[in-house]
Amino acid sequence: MNVLLPNSLAEACDFCAKQPDLIPLAGATDLLVHWPLRQAEHDKTYLDLSKLQELRTITWSANSLTLGALTTYWDVLQDPRAKSDFPLLIESARQVGAIQIQSRGTWAGNIANGSPAADGVPVLMAYDASVALTSKSGTRSVPLHEYYTGYRKSVRRSDELISAISIPLRRYDFAVFHKVGARRAQAITKIGLAMTRESAKPATWRVVANSVAATVKRCAAVENLLHAGAPIRKPEDFAAAIASDVTPIDDIRSTADYRRTVMARLLYHSLKGVSPAIS
Amino acid sequence: MGFATSQSSMNHQSTQSSATLNGTIAIRFTLNGREVEIAVDPTERLLDTLRYRLNLPGSKEGCGEGECGACTVTIDDLPANSCLVPTFQVRGCNVRTIESIPTSSLQPMLETGATQCGACTPGVVVTANWIKEHSSVLASHTLRALMAGNLCRCTGYDGIIDGLEKWIGNPKGGRP
Repeated sequence: MNVLLPNSLAEACDFCAKQPDLIPLAGATDLLVHWPLRQAEHDKTYLDLSKLQELRTITWSANSLTLGALTTYWDVLQDPRAKSDFPLLIESARQVGAIQIQSRGTWAGNIANGSPAADGVPVLMAYDASVALTSKSGTRSVPLHEYYTGYRKSVRRSDELISAISIPLRRYDFAVFHKVGARRAQAITKIGLAMTRESAKPATWRVVANSVAATVKRCAAVENLLHAGAPIRKPEDFAAAIASDVTPIDDIRSTADYRRTVMARLLYHSLKGVSPAIS
Repeated sequence: MGFATSQSSMNHQSTQSSATLNGTIAIRFTLNGREVEIAVDPTERLLDTLRYRLNLPGSKEGCGEGECGACTVTIDDLPANSCLVPTFQVRGCNVRTIESIPTSSLQPMLETGATQCGACTPGVVVTANWIKEHSSVLASHTLRALMAGNLCRCTGYDGIIDGLEKWIGNPKGGRP
């Protein structure tokens, strides 16, 4: 195993420019799961970002919140303003493992790792977050809902690193996050849902689901139903939109049928009464 | 796990760790209050370094996937699963293990039957001791939420929470 230990983001970008197959490492909470059994991954080359204090920042500006790439779940849980402005960040952070994981795991690592079951990604996407990708040639910003191109695939080039996550400060009059797992704590999501509605007129809905597609997925058809004000009287009324938005599978944690059924119920029972069309 | 793995390379000096030495990384960190200097293989997990190289076998391996919490230590004053930490990441850090906590702390837990087989107990005590030292977190978290990362398969949770309430002197744990 090779490990490169940069002292700055610039130095880390230099490494990435020279060597295309580096694996960035932050909290390592996903990489080291059952590590002794995963010999093949011991032979790869890693780029340890964990000491780059310049990336461990939480910055509030007039119109956005910026999380440096090393910001952990616990950092956000401790932030005095996060709970009032972005309550879903708090709700999801509390449900990522327990404090032992929350203290090491990072939001950017959750994005970069690319698991469809990631619990931090849906809430960031529901808040319309953008990902800052930095390389030797500069930084570009990509909307998080356009970041993934397939299962654990993204638009990030091998010479780029996630340097920050930026979340616009907007007014929301509705925000909800649901995580359905085998138990209340320490579970991996079978189906998760994050939804927001911007209170600006006309209202903008964002609906994001996890563990029901190859990536965390923004659900355009469900959003269209909500924007159109289509009458919804029962969970099944979401079925066609769900079928268009997500492609759940049977796997070790759940079944496709269960995931679709529960997604419809989560949508219906979360939204019932929130909009006059849904009752 | 295999410590004898391939070479590591460290082309750049970090503030805390220095040169490559026979495929290893030389690191310094504070462990239970004393300075430690050790050369580690990059694949080494903190849990194994503690147990098999630094003679601190109190931290246990339960699941090896960051779920059970039997390997809990604190790193820079926050609980962490030492099975998920590459040892080279603790360079410059302050690490505390169960061995740093006085056994007298356990008395309230003994009185409430908080330990049965004992496998989870070191991790439970490390997390509980951290909560006791940071009791302000109980304003935003229940004891049960803070202890959610320490699984007890004897299902002694009520005894554990009762013991912690006694020890910490805070009644906010609560039955679910």
